[in-house]
Amino acid sequence: MNIIIVTAIVSLLIAAIFLAALIWSIKDGQFEDEYAPPNRILFDDKNASKNK
Amino acid sequence: MIDLKIACYHCGDPCSDTHLEIGDKHFCCAGCKLVYEVLNEHELCTYYDLNAHPGKSQRHRGREGRFAFLEDEAVISSLVSFTDGKQTHLTLSVPQMHCSSCLWLLEHLDRLQPGILSSRVNFSAKEIFIIMDPGQTTVREVVETLADIGYEPWLSPQGTKRIAEKNNVRAVQISIAGFCFANIMMLSLPEYFSVAGYLQDQIGAAFRYIGLVLALPVFFYCAREFFVNAWKGVKTRTLNIDLSIALAILVTFLRSLYNLLLLDGSTYFDSMSGIVFFMLIGRWAQDKTQRFLVFDRDYRSFFPIAVNLKKGHEITPVLISALKEKDIIEVYDQEIVPADAILVKGKASVDYSFVTGESLPKYIEPGGIIYAGGKQVGERLELMVIKRSDQGYLTHLWNRDAFTEKDGKNSFLYRASNLFTLGVLLLTLAAGLYWFVRGETTLMWNALTTTLIVACPCALLLAATFTNGNVMRILKRSGLFLRNAGVIPAMAAINHVVLDKTGTITLSRDFKITYRGRGLAPDQVALVTSLLRHSTHPLSRAVLQNLGAAPAVAVESFRNVPGMGIEGWVADQHLKIGSRQFVQGDTAPDAEAGSSRVFISTDGMVLGFFELQNTYREGLADFMERIQEKTALSILSGDNSAEYPRLREMTGPGAVIRFDQSPEDKYRYIKTLQDHQQHVLVAGDGLNDAGALRQSNVGIAVMDRGGHFTPASDAIIRGNVLTRLDQMLEFAGKAAVIIKVSFVYSIIYNLIGLYFALQGMLRPVVAAILMPVSSIGIILITFFLSEWYGRKLRSGRA
Repeated sequence: MNIIIVTAIVSLLIAAIFLAALIWSIKDGQFEDEYAPPNRILFDDKNASKNK
Repeated sequence: MIDLKIACYHCGDPCSDTHLEIGDKHFCCAGCKLVYEVLNEHELCTYYDLNAHPGKSQRHRGREGRFAFLEDEAVISSLVSFTDGKQTHLTLSVPQMHCSSCLWLLEHLDRLQPGILSSRVNFSAKEIFIIMDPGQTTVREVVETLADIGYEPWLSPQGTKRIAEKNNVRAVQISIAGFCFANIMMLSLPEYFSVAGYLQDQIGAAFRYIGLVLALPVFFYCAREFFVNAWKGVKTRTLNIDLSIALAILVTFLRSLYNLLLLDGSTYFDSMSGIVFFMLIGRWAQDKTQRFLVFDRDYRSFFPIAVNLKKGHEITPVLISALKEKDIIEVYDQEIVPADAILVKGKASVDYSFVTGESLPKYIEPGGIIYAGGKQVGERLELMVIKRSDQGYLTHLWNRDAFTEKDGKNSFLYRASNLFTLGVLLLTLAAGLYWFVRGETTLMWNALTTTLIVACPCALLLAATFTNGNVMRILKRSGLFLRNAGVIPAMAAINHVVLDKTGTITLSRDFKITYRGRGLAPDQVALVTSLLRHSTHPLSRAVLQNLGAAPAVAVESFRNVPGMGIEGWVADQHLKIGSRQFVQGDTAPDAEAGSSRVFISTDGMVLGFFELQNTYREGLADFMERIQEKTALSILSGDNSAEYPRLREMTGPGAVIRFDQSPEDKYRYIKTLQDHQQHVLVAGDGLNDAGALRQSNVGIAVMDRGGHFTPASDAIIRGNVLTRLDQMLEFAGKAAVIIKVSFVYSIIYNLIGLYFALQGMLRPVVAAILMPVSSIGIILITFFLSEWYGRKLRSGRA
């Protein structure tokens, strides 16, 4: 039965990694601006865009 | 008279004529055209491809050299966050950004100004973060570059506030609490189904200890703000809401610890984490505010950072705070006078729209006093400061210590939760006493702690926070932005609504224009528009816009007479356009029946006049009728009583209408109403309403354009939804109903829980089921009831 305890702890640790990733992204400011990043990716940066 | 409208390629405003064009692109003003030229030269025209007319009108561009103060080290250091000689980091607030074109352009600044290494936009905060090379460029040049393309940064002496940090902490707390809550519940499964006795014996103890480890961060980190607030309450001897919550968390935690370590019994860590998790979510939903709206601006936000000080012949930029009495300062076109001052040199035409909401300029001759907050339109002025910036006529209204406590201390929630806390404590004591008398001490301790756990007022608090969150969200969707949740009960209690006139119920920049007199032939219209194009007076601009596009005729010579009008020679005719006195030569009073008139004459013969009347907001009369069914109504105006008949017609006989009200009068009027037990809501837009807004129970600032500065207030409303204020007030009143419904619901649950708890036999499984079901139930009830009551706000115009 001890194996259940071990697996429970291991699964908790794995989940904790994801929690850490979430906290990292929060601290990194990923959720601060919900407009700029989704739009930024749509800009194709060809250099010339001169109108006549 | 308005025919086909040509939209400006840059900003989309209608062009009054076709004289500004490049290729097939038309521009409304030289400013817009200039921006286009700059962008085109630097191959940045993707800006125009992403969105049609992405720009903001550039009709009012500032003076060259107005950023000279950015050479000053003290000013620079307030903007710069980091510099090492190779790189300088600065964050600027750019309220004009509004679309993906703005985003694109602002992140390609390096093409415009090689000294800028990179620029990155935070769109929700309306900020731009720039890394520049101090060897190649200066802060001043960067700011000027931004201003050149129509994104003049808003430079405030207070600097940019950082509220992101606090939001981040809460998000982290919620994540951890949620993680621990879910995992403790999972680990408690064997305990819930303790029928599986074999399993329970084997692993139950280990799982409980893991649960303890998971509960520690929740108790010590996530729940911190409850303990801190509760402690503050204890220190000031006030019974606050967080006290009961902190007590429940503390008791649950200690009881579980005691059970675990000494009795080897069951734990309630899942309940505890659940309480913390749901409470934190509730607080988050309630505190979520608009980051780009600022509710507590003081007078300084309206003033420039620095001003040109003249000493002898030397002119140096100094910070406003360094201004002293008798200093001579320079003020240019479109600049705000930072302190009460006497006009020394130049002809002032001061636009007090910031101050009074009135957009027509006042003319002041040398020797006259100009109050701080007015904006000069026209030539350069020299002024002598008579009062320091922080002691001016208007600023003292801000500084007045009229800040009323608006944290909802008298609200239903506050009273209810106090009663509830008291009730729970009494019940707990009674249960404990009962078992003590019966001599069953174990059961007594059981009953004491579990009653507190199950009957903690969390349900009530959850109901309140989630209801407030939902109400604020729905109001925000319909255009009313609340400063905090405390405004909701204050709104519900309102029984007197006071409206400012100019700019609040009227549209300050929109006139209803009618022409009276001899008909104007098309060629005469062309003459008039050609001459008017040289006038900067708002009335001229309004008439010009009204006349629409007409072919341009060369103006041979013209002369602007401040406060009077404009005259000039156009196509061999002598045109005079302006006030009655100016055009007709008599001195009869000009303004009749609340309108302004613009007269026209050619070669000395008066043709007729344009009558410009304030336009009221659409649906205003209906709104006033509706709102008077529930509350008293007053209208205060700084103007003369010319508009009285029209206004009275709309309000009906019941409303109070007062004219010639100074800011001080408005403030006193509110105070008088409050002394007569009235709960007053004030809606106003100008600095002149600041005192009244502050004194009121609910002060709402009216905002017509994005990025416009609003005075300090409890809420900000979009101008176009002002006429739905009555529905919003009604909706705010419903918040208490929603809380009561959720409250009844949670009482039912609590009674079931109490049935077990009072007998001292609450099993963890009961606690574990009751707690989340009641919390989630409350979340759902508040959500659906809020949407139901708010459905009226949703329908119709947004």
